[in-house]
Parts: sequence; structure tokens; C-alpha cells
Amino acid sequence: MASTSSNETVTQREQSIVLEDVKLMYTIFADVPPKTKLLMLELHRDNHMEYLLRGLQQLGPSFCALDANRPWICYWILHSIALLGESIDARLEDRTIDFLSRCQDPDGGYGGGPGQMPHLATTYAAVNSLITLGDEKSLSSIDRDKIYRFLLSMKDPNGAFRMHDAGEMDVRACYTAISVASVLNILDDELVRDVGNYILSCQTYEGGISGEPGSEAHGGYTFCGLATMILINEVDRLDLATLLDWVVFRQGVEGGFQGRTNKLVDGCYSFWQGGIFALLQRFHTIIGESMTLLDAGQANCADSPQTTVESDISDGEESLHGTSSSGDEACAIQQGVNFGNVDRKSIEGRAEREPLFNSIALQRYLLLCSQDPGGGLKDKPRKGRDHYHTCYCLSGLSVSQHCWSKDEDSSPLPRVVLGPYFNLLEPINPIHNVVLERYREAQEFFARS
Amino acid sequence: MESDEGERLPMSRRPEWSDVTPLPQDDGPDPVVPIDYKQDFTETMDYFRALYRAQERSPRALSLTQEAIRFNPGNYTVWHFRRQILESLDADLHEELDFVERIAKSNSKNYQIWHHRRWVAGKLGSDAAIKELEFTKKILSLDAKNYHAWSHRQWVLQALGGWEDELDFCQKLLEEDIFNNSAWNQRYFVVTRSPFLGGLKGMRDSEVSYTVEAIMANPENESPWRYLRGLYKDDIQSWVNDPKVSSVCLKVLRIKSNSVFALSMLLDLLCHGFRPSEEFREAIGALRTSDSEPLDSDLGKAICHVLQLVDSIRANYWMWRKSKLPVAV
Repeated sequence: MASTSSNETVTQREQSIVLEDVKLMYTIFADVPPKTKLLMLELHRDNHMEYLLRGLQQLGPSFCALDANRPWICYWILHSIALLGESIDARLEDRTIDFLSRCQDPDGGYGGGPGQMPHLATTYAAVNSLITLGDEKSLSSIDRDKIYRFLLSMKDPNGAFRMHDAGEMDVRACYTAISVASVLNILDDELVRDVGNYILSCQTYEGGISGEPGSEAHGGYTFCGLATMILINEVDRLDLATLLDWVVFRQGVEGGFQGRTNKLVDGCYSFWQGGIFALLQRFHTIIGESMTLLDAGQANCADSPQTTVESDISDGEESLHGTSSSGDEACAIQQGVNFGNVDRKSIEGRAEREPLFNSIALQRYLLLCSQDPGGGLKDKPRKGRDHYHTCYCLSGLSVSQHCWSKDEDSSPLPRVVLGPYFNLLEPINPIHNVVLERYREAQEFFARS
Repeated sequence: MESDEGERLPMSRRPEWSDVTPLPQDDGPDPVVPIDYKQDFTETMDYFRALYRAQERSPRALSLTQEAIRFNPGNYTVWHFRRQILESLDADLHEELDFVERIAKSNSKNYQIWHHRRWVAGKLGSDAAIKELEFTKKILSLDAKNYHAWSHRQWVLQALGGWEDELDFCQKLLEEDIFNNSAWNQRYFVVTRSPFLGGLKGMRDSEVSYTVEAIMANPENESPWRYLRGLYKDDIQSWVNDPKVSSVCLKVLRIKSNSVFALSMLLDLLCHGFRPSEEFREAIGALRTSDSEPLDSDLGKAICHVLQLVDSIRANYWMWRKSKLPVAV
């Protein structure tokens, strides 16, 4: 029951309201029969696709407020579609390339719409969109020489970047600039110079990273700062132990992540915070290697009473992991699912590791609390869907499904994918947040050209 | 026809605009993510594009940017052009602050507004400090964790001054909501950067006392725990050796509920060389839910084990921490 004590502060009151909503959802889930459970955990792929394709083709008048973010809307939609393993038809692809070309400034970089000033964030969104589309026509539509000049012109003498001409300077600007430069293979010493000092000055006493020096540690900026430091090969300058300790505490009993200490859970941080774990695992050898100490082949978690290790009911799956009562049931449900589409031989003896966050609890939050059954994903119960949350909830879902694999090319075991195995999304490159395969194609393309 | 004040004469029928040819958006024949713009929006932006292309920095251009911003306060190009016009016209920037305030009322989480505000306040200089602190205070009274408002406030303090009452301001916000991590962060900012206080070293004793009190009142509140650790940033030895730190851990452990942060801090202390007395061992032993297993002789391992139980969402993390513990002494 939500406490109605008048002594509660605003933070406590808001938190207990959200917790009530989430608990209610999990209680309903715990009480329904197994078949219904399975349905509840389903990723509504068809409805999400319908919602995404509709947005790509028409947006209502309320989107006037996002008129300076149209490449972002493209990216949120196209990346979501790619995560779902789908693609758009050739005609729609051509229309996207044409539209984004109209957002490209004659002097380099992309603006929020045709005729708008070039901006680092929309440049990032446009480049990631074109990489997600992926073919030669799409990739060659990016004017790399001019983008390089634009990036350089956004660099401040202190090493950080400004979002646009005389615009705001922050960690987001640094990330979008360095990410774009790296993926387009135009990153050089001049762009890198002193940006690490700026990021370092933004790591706070809490361990996370803030938007500007002095501000509060925040999930979005922590992701951006960490990814930047990895790309410029200066990640060891950060206090990673404290950063890890900070981010691990951002996951709440709801299963999802909050963006800052004592703030509310929000589905979009599934990526911003969850992605931090993927970055540390994949790109930081010291933490990454020691994470692999926890090998799934052994009876890992055997000394953890929260983890149920259940023997197989039907087909010899070795163990199931869950970390709370409702999770256990969710996992138990998986056993009833037909894994017919998985080659059992290929997944035996695969190298696995436990992620340092609770990936099953995160998937449960995303599927039960952040999903609009009519299509699209959202922040939390009672909130509405939007393209931004759809993109980052799905990105976080992909991270939580794939973070168990040591090797980024192996498909996850069914037991680490909550719900039916067809919930499995495409893996991403977590630094740029584009689907891994498209990232590799782009990397190859820009290495050649 | 509606007869409310929102009724608007199309620009094409206003004589003062008759010399301007509106410039439509170059969306192409078949754009993706097309927005079903309202007619007023399209017309305003068509005129905006025309003036922007011509770089017309005139009073009418200034008022047009105002209209365009009302339609979409996120359009950074419009804001940028507006700044250029304000400069060219040498406009009254106090009025500009009032305009920003009106827009911010309904859009307080938008980068452009705050960037613009910073630009205007920077032009006005230290005279604007009090007004800016008041403005952010007003925004924070509606949402005490507004990230942009806090960043702006920090910029104001550093660029324009006004540090004198800032610790009191933090104090007041923390009295209202001791869980407000943004206020804790601001407190840290003030303690470490205010030219009127003695810096971290000079403030540490009183800050530790304040923080310990906050922890004892709400041991489940993560903010003061992180703050406490922050007070010893770059001085780990003092943190390990200060009995006030270890004793607040012990006190909380003895309450036997909400012990996660106390356990976590004690674990960190141990990892950095803290030598625990028998009291700590007893307090940890008393937290075990079952007596079937003996308490691990390595206190670090015992703490990780308890944390795996009481903080199950982070069970993997605690297990990993256990695997990384320094060899017990």
C-alpha cells in the first residue's frame, strides 16, 4: 500500500505512486495462468512495426514541437525497425535518403529539417539513420569532408564541442561529434584534442558523469561521456570503479533504470544506463575480463538464494535465472516455449557471462511496464508511447538480451531472453547504438572510401 | 469564425509584410516524417525562412522570431537568428529576459531556452545575478530537480556571482526534500567551489556532521551516502581513518533494516584498508537471515554475501565484488 503519511517528501510520494503501478502490474502477472503470462511477455512486434511505419509516413500537428528534430525521428523509427529485424521497402528508403539530403547543410552537417542550421545532435541522428539504411546509395549520400569541417568548427578551444554555431557546449555535443567522426572514419588528433579533459571534468563525486562540470551525474551524459572516452582511447582516465558502482545502483526494484539518484524509473534509461554495462563489458578489458569470471557453464549463482536454478521440465534446458518471485515465474514460463527455431547444438557450451546488472528484471520491466500493446514503447505505466522511448526501450531490450554473450556474434541462449524466443532483437554496436551488422557494413564502406 | 484573441490575420494579408515573398520549406516531393503543420505554423515559418535567408535584422524580424518560437520553442535556428537580431538592434535585454520567462513557463526542459537565457544574462553581466537566481528558484519551486535550471544556476554563480546565500538555499531545499539529489549535488558544488567558504577541507567536519545526521534520519536515502563519500574525494586515507564514517555504518547496521548503503560503504572501506573491530563482525553476523552457515571469516566476503540476500536486484554485482576482493588480512 502506498503510504499516505504527510511527512513524505515529494521524492518519496512520487516514487511510491510509480512503485504501486509497477507492483500492480507484476501482481497481475503473477496471478494469471501460464498461457496468459506468455502472452503478456510477448513483444508486440507487428503493432510496433505498424506504429513505426505510420510515423515515418505521417505525423500529426502535435509534432510541430519536434520540427527541429526530424532526423531524430527518422533515427528513432529506422533504428527501432532494424532492431526488430525488419526493413523498409526500397521506395521508402529512397524517400528517406532524399529527405535527409535536404537536411544536409551546404557547408556540412545536418540540421533539424531542410534549411535549418547544422547541429551536432541531428548530424548524429542523420548519420546513424543512413548507416541503418545501409546500402551504398545511403552511405555515399554523406559528405564526409564537409562533415569533418563542420565538426572542427564546433570545437571549442577548451577541447569540448558546441552543439551548433555559438550553441551550448556539453558532454552530449562531445559524444555526438566523436561518434560521428569515428563511424565515418574521419576522427583525427585535432578532433580528439583535450576532449578527454572536458569529459573527465564532468565525472562527479557520485561516480556518474554530468552534462557540464559541476552538474549532477546523469544516465544520458554518463553514457555519452563513457562512449566518448572509449572512442578516443582514454577510458582509463575515468574512475571506473565508482562509475560502475553508481550505475549499478540506478537499477531499482521496478527492474528498470532511473536516470539520476532518487529519480523515477524511465524505460529510456534501459539503454542509457544498460548500455553503460555493455560498453564496460565489451570495450574495457579489465572490467570486461573480470566480468567473465562468472561463467554460466559453472553453477554460477549457486550461492545466491535469489537465483532459482530449476531443472528442465521439457527439453533439457540447463538452468533458468530470475531474481525475484515474479521473475522466477516469468522464467519458468519460458520453458513452455517452443525453441524449435534455435539450433540446440550451436548453443551448447557457448561462452556466457552474467551481466553485472539484472537483465531479466530489466526485460520484465520493459515488456510489462513500458510496452503499449497497441504499438510503441514508453517511459512507465500511465505514460504515452512515443518514438524516442520506442527506440531507447528497444535498444535497452537488445542490450539486456545480448549482454550475456561473451562473443558479440553468438546468439543468446533462450533462457536469457525473457518471454518467447521470438522476442529476441538484433544485437547493436553499443557505442553508436546502431544494429551491429549495419555498423560493420558502414565501417567497411568508410574504410574503403 | 472563432472570436477569441487567438484569431490571427494571415501574414499575407498584412500590409507590413507585403514586400516579403514567403519561402516554403524544401521538403521535396515525398518526404518521410512529414508533419501535418497547422496553417499558421507553415505561414510563420515561410516568412521566417525568407527573412533568415535575407539576413534581415529588423524589428519586424525580431517579432517574427517571437512568433516562430511560440510555435516551436525547440527551433534552435530561430533562437540563433533572434540573438543576431538582438545584437544588431542593440535591443533591451531586460525585456528579453521577460520574454524567455514567459516561454519557459510552459517549456522548462528545453535546451534552447536555457542557452538563450545564459547568453542574455551573460550580456547583462553581474547586475543580472540576483534576477537569474530568482528565476531559477521559481522554476525549481515547480520542479526541484529540473536539470537545466540547476545548470543555469551554477553558471550564474560562477559567471555572475551571488554565492553568499547559496548554502542556505541548498539547506532550505533539503529541508523540504532530503531525498532531492539535485540539491545535494548543488550543496557539493557550493562547498567545493564557493569563494566564501573554506573549500572541501575547511568545510569537511561540519558537512560530515550534517550528512551523518541525514543518514541516521533516513538510512535508505542514497544521496547523503554518496555525498559523504564525496566529501573525502581525493583523500581516501582520511575517509578510511575517520571514525565518523565507520561509526555511521555501524550505527545503521545495528538498526538491522535499510542496511544496503551501510554495507556497501563498509565494503568499500575494507577494500581500501579499513581494519574492522569485532563490533563490525558482530553487526554483520546479526544481519544474516539464517544461522545455518557460519559467518565467513573474511568480513568482505560476509558483507557481499549479506548484500546478495538483502539487495537481490544487484546480486550479480555483489558476487562480482566478492570475486574482486583483496586477499583477507
